[in-house]
Amino acid sequence: MGSWAHIAAVAFVCLATLGVGAIGLRLSRTTSDFYVASRAITPRWNASAIGGEYLSGASFLGVAGLVLAFGTDMLWYPVGYTAGYLVLLVLVAAPLRRSGAYTLPDFAEIRLRSPVVRRAASLLVVGIGWLYLLPQFQGAGLALGTATGAPPWVGALVVAVVVVAGVVAGGMRSITFVQAFQYWLKLTAISLPVVLLLVVWRSDGAPDPAALAPADWAQPLSGTGDHQVYRTYSLLLALLFGTMGLPHVLVRFYTNPDGRAARRTVAVVIGLLGAFYLFPPIYGALGRVYAPDLLASGRTDAVVLLLPERMLGQPWGTLVSALLMAGAFAAFLSTSSGLTVSVAGVLSQDILRGRLHASVPGFRVAAVLAVTLPAALSLVAARRDIADTVGLAFAVAASTFCPLLVLGIWWRRLTQAGALAGLVVGGGTASLAVLLTMTGAVSDGLPAAMLAQPAAWSVPLAFAVMVAVSLATPWTTPSGVTPIMVRLHAPEALDLNRGEARPLLRRGERS
Amino acid sequence: MGAVQRPPYRPATGEIDEQTDVGELYVSALLRAQLRPALGMLATLVLGLGGLPLLFVLLPEVSDLRLGPVTLPWLLLGILVYPLLVAAAWWHVRAAERVERDFTDILRRR
Repeated sequence: MGSWAHIAAVAFVCLATLGVGAIGLRLSRTTSDFYVASRAITPRWNASAIGGEYLSGASFLGVAGLVLAFGTDMLWYPVGYTAGYLVLLVLVAAPLRRSGAYTLPDFAEIRLRSPVVRRAASLLVVGIGWLYLLPQFQGAGLALGTATGAPPWVGALVVAVVVVAGVVAGGMRSITFVQAFQYWLKLTAISLPVVLLLVVWRSDGAPDPAALAPADWAQPLSGTGDHQVYRTYSLLLALLFGTMGLPHVLVRFYTNPDGRAARRTVAVVIGLLGAFYLFPPIYGALGRVYAPDLLASGRTDAVVLLLPERMLGQPWGTLVSALLMAGAFAAFLSTSSGLTVSVAGVLSQDILRGRLHASVPGFRVAAVLAVTLPAALSLVAARRDIADTVGLAFAVAASTFCPLLVLGIWWRRLTQAGALAGLVVGGGTASLAVLLTMTGAVSDGLPAAMLAQPAAWSVPLAFAVMVAVSLATPWTTPSGVTPIMVRLHAPEALDLNRGEARPLLRRGERS
Repeated sequence: MGAVQRPPYRPATGEIDEQTDVGELYVSALLRAQLRPALGMLATLVLGLGGLPLLFVLLPEVSDLRLGPVTLPWLLLGILVYPLLVAAAWWHVRAAERVERDFTDILRRR
């Protein structure tokens, strides 16, 4: 009986996502892409859409799971996920919108005029996208398995099929409304149950979550893990500077009418994310009291879904947990769709050759490719905490796209050779660290900590290489840096020559 | 080039478009003016957030302070940090818009 409510909730979210997407598809055929992209979507709508796409399984399930397992130190994850937008706001938001770039490889090409740098950026988008998709599929398998006892591949398959169907039909992407709806669904689903759960907790005499061993759960940096201070700082660095380099974040800036609106949108996003992240840690804390067995079984990521049934009894527990299930699937679907569109766009534009290059069939093939690999990997890869794997994706983004964007926007002397060297060194070392961590090749001591949280050394390294090689290779400075700087920084109100206007949404299949 | 013997009353935007020395100066000034509030906010963020782990390590007794059932680290990292981030974001939005308004005014006044 309980599982039927959950299956209904999942089916509702999948059908609603596809259905609203299909309606949007019909609308977008009668409305020119140009109109859809360039009309003034207000910052508030745009911000809801960004929040809807950004709050992934890592936020919805993963944060609570980590807090349950490791305590107060894990609050840095949601803080970093939110503060990353403040860094994005001050360093790149307005210039990125003004650049007219639609993807990160677009930005690399506009700023550096180098097909090689563009190609490197494309490979990185695919890599980061896959690393971010992997835990979404694992989370979907875990969530559906927890509610219905289904094997993990069922949940992964459901998300993969819905995402491919939506992206191939082309209806999911440009519809601000779908994504905005998913933000509000997620916020409702995570916040309403907390009220009920806290009422029950109080009526039970408000037992202290910190009472359960290990007693240092509530103490930050108390030494439950080794090298916890290093890990905390490195994680913080990865999250603060990685957000700007996530493949699915940049695309949304394009629907802002100008740089000023882009900044305002980000400011609203920070508010929306902050409102959401007040809640997941509460599930983790209550889990210490009501679901300590998950610590032993290692299924801590399921705590959000399991608490209602344990605390509320029937039938309320089942209904509330079905609501959370709907929120979780909204998280898996929205983030996976956004990432899949970004990865597939880059695959078809920059990597596939021949008949599949930059064509509608090519985009569809690319969408299937983009989903299949991480979905298959999610079944064989060792299960890690969702938010942990996502943290690795942030670390790679911070070691590659962060220096490219920050130096590209603020430093005129960035050269093609410098950018390429920085991407190769930053991306290479960070990816190697991810591989060694995920295969478990290095498992203890300071080396393991440095590989599990590479940002503290890989981000400065990437910046240093990019700057040093640029200074050593002034002859590879791209042509026309000043007009590009004008384009990136000058307020739109000024009547200035901003270089050639790029066609809006030149990939029609995306919208 | 072309900085000598300019005709009078030329619009400042023209200097930038033609990449004269004066135009380059305008662009550099704009970049610096935009970077200043950005770096200030970045430093505040890094010191503010980055100082917290240090505080918890150096003064472990801080972590024992409680407000009802909530410990001080939880109060800071789980709740208070979010309104502060929102306030910082809007403060920066205002500052950045002021810089751009000033730059626009200067160019138009000439």
